[in-house]
Amino acid sequence: MTMLQGFQIALHALRLNPLRSILTMLGIVIGVASIVTVFAIGSGAQLRLQEQIRSIGANVLMINPGAVYQGGVRLKEGSKLTMTESDVQAILEQIPEIQAAAGSIAGTAQVIHESKNWNTTINGTTTGHFMVRDWQLATGRYFSGAEEAGAGKVVILGSTVARELFAPGDDPIGAQIRIMKVPLEVVGVLDRKGPAQDDVAFVPLTTAKLRFLGSASNINRDSVAYIIAKVAADGQMAGARTEIENLLRQRHRIPAGQEDDFKVQDPAAAMEAQQGAIRTVALLLVAIASVSLLVGGISIMNVMIVSVTERTREIGIRRALGGRMRDIRLQFLCEALVLCLLGGAIGVGAGVTLSMTVARMAGWITSIDGQAIGLALAFSIATGLIFGFYPAHKASKLSPIEALKTE
Amino acid sequence: MTALRPLISLQSVSRTYRADGVAVAAVRNVSFDIERGEIVAVMGPSGSGKSTLMNMIGLLDLPSEGALYLEGADVADLSEDRRSSLRARSIGFVFQSYNLLARHNAIENVALPLVYCGISRKERLARAEQSLEAVGMVHRAHHFPRQLSGGEQQRVAIARALIASPLIVLADEPTGALDSRTGAEILALFAALNRTGQTIVMITHDPGIATQCRRTIRLHDGELVADETLAPILPKRSAAP
Repeated sequence: MTMLQGFQIALHALRLNPLRSILTMLGIVIGVASIVTVFAIGSGAQLRLQEQIRSIGANVLMINPGAVYQGGVRLKEGSKLTMTESDVQAILEQIPEIQAAAGSIAGTAQVIHESKNWNTTINGTTTGHFMVRDWQLATGRYFSGAEEAGAGKVVILGSTVARELFAPGDDPIGAQIRIMKVPLEVVGVLDRKGPAQDDVAFVPLTTAKLRFLGSASNINRDSVAYIIAKVAADGQMAGARTEIENLLRQRHRIPAGQEDDFKVQDPAAAMEAQQGAIRTVALLLVAIASVSLLVGGISIMNVMIVSVTERTREIGIRRALGGRMRDIRLQFLCEALVLCLLGGAIGVGAGVTLSMTVARMAGWITSIDGQAIGLALAFSIATGLIFGFYPAHKASKLSPIEALKTE
Repeated sequence: MTALRPLISLQSVSRTYRADGVAVAAVRNVSFDIERGEIVAVMGPSGSGKSTLMNMIGLLDLPSEGALYLEGADVADLSEDRRSSLRARSIGFVFQSYNLLARHNAIENVALPLVYCGISRKERLARAEQSLEAVGMVHRAHHFPRQLSGGEQQRVAIARALIASPLIVLADEPTGALDSRTGAEILALFAALNRTGQTIVMITHDPGIATQCRRTIRLHDGELVADETLAPILPKRSAAP
């Protein structure tokens, strides 16, 4: 008897008991569907993080304002802008490992070009920002020195903003757009860096302070919301970080023992740690999902054992008519395999549907890769083989004489 | 060489079962040959060892002592798998309770032994149809066993036994579950098959049936008590009582 004949016999037998077959498969369906879904959500989350890590750029340190005391009251982190443009200058000049650094202030505003408008992040910064993040231009140029010094009415658009404001054929370079009633000339459009990163418009720091964000009470002429700095080499990250901390404590006159009013962070490292955590959680969930696969396997074994008992006479007849022990074993193994494979296939379908639904409803990124599907199917085949073997073996060991005597 | 040897030869065959620690001899020291083309009735009361003898001739069981030769080959030397393959190709079983697979129709039941001969589905069904034709059941090919009468089911079972052109057809009380008229029809079918040269061994406890077979082997308490051939055409064989 060939494998193909085994599958034909198995399908025939399973069709005779459709409800039982479906119920038996259910455990496998649920197990495989959960594995596929968890994989899809987990790898989606990782993809999103990887994109964020890439978009930050390599070897980047980020300096954010920390918690500050004001008259004995400890304020929320970032509620007061503690860093200044001269801090940026000092970091650049005094710490040799730092290749580039830039301060930024940011807010959101409506950007308008002719009849189109778009709400986006307005980031006031210097050309150093693009150096730190290794962010190339798709077209145009960065800010000139004169524009940075003299609050030039120029803007560099992220690719999303450019797409939203300009028709596909239009060249944005040289066009006039308006932000908060201020007309600005588009001088550059940036390369794509990722959906979350590209929705931004950059203006010179001076322009932002003078024309848009300067009116906010917590902004003085010199302060910046955050600083990003690029360290020359990967191995220098820790050293550069300590040096920045020492320099800023000194510049901010923070006495020994008192908390910093700033925080130096390594966003890539933090995200990598987060990625590790996601991976751990995903693995844990896959492990839990595998338990349902195990339970599904046990229910298949249970039903197969019952089926072998019910069909003892059939086994006797088949043996008398020339079925070898291995033919009987193959027949029942094929039944278990068909149950698991069908269950696995339905489970993959359900898992893909479920993760797409989750993606749409919760707005999460999910990613279904062939590897996860392959793994889930491999798991279900393994389940079929492992839990189908014992009943099949039991069937093949039946004495044909005894089997023919049963009713 | 093989053609000169008897189709089946039993030499001092015994079969002992061990039940609850007690050895029970189902067949004791039985010897006889079956030649090609014979039709033999094996008679005896229940418990006389008929079925055990059938199981051994049908390669479902092996002698505990003595030897059983199929075409000159000692079946004890054959592997389990080889004996299974021989059952598919060389032995045709007909049972008292028909033993058709309830969930398969007549033609699929008839084709079943060929599954284990590695024959393609198309050829299996073609040969099953021929076999059904031979027993006059081709018009019931797509009926399921429950849709057939007892006599019809037994005809399908005989078609199944014949499909691989076996060396020997073993029938265990083939008319035991049938009314006398239908039983007579089935016996006539066996007689017709035997006239075409088919070797048939039939177990029965009905003397009326045995008289229709040229040769009758009688068993009592596992021992061979008589081996009678009615017509003097075949050389007379007898075993010591």
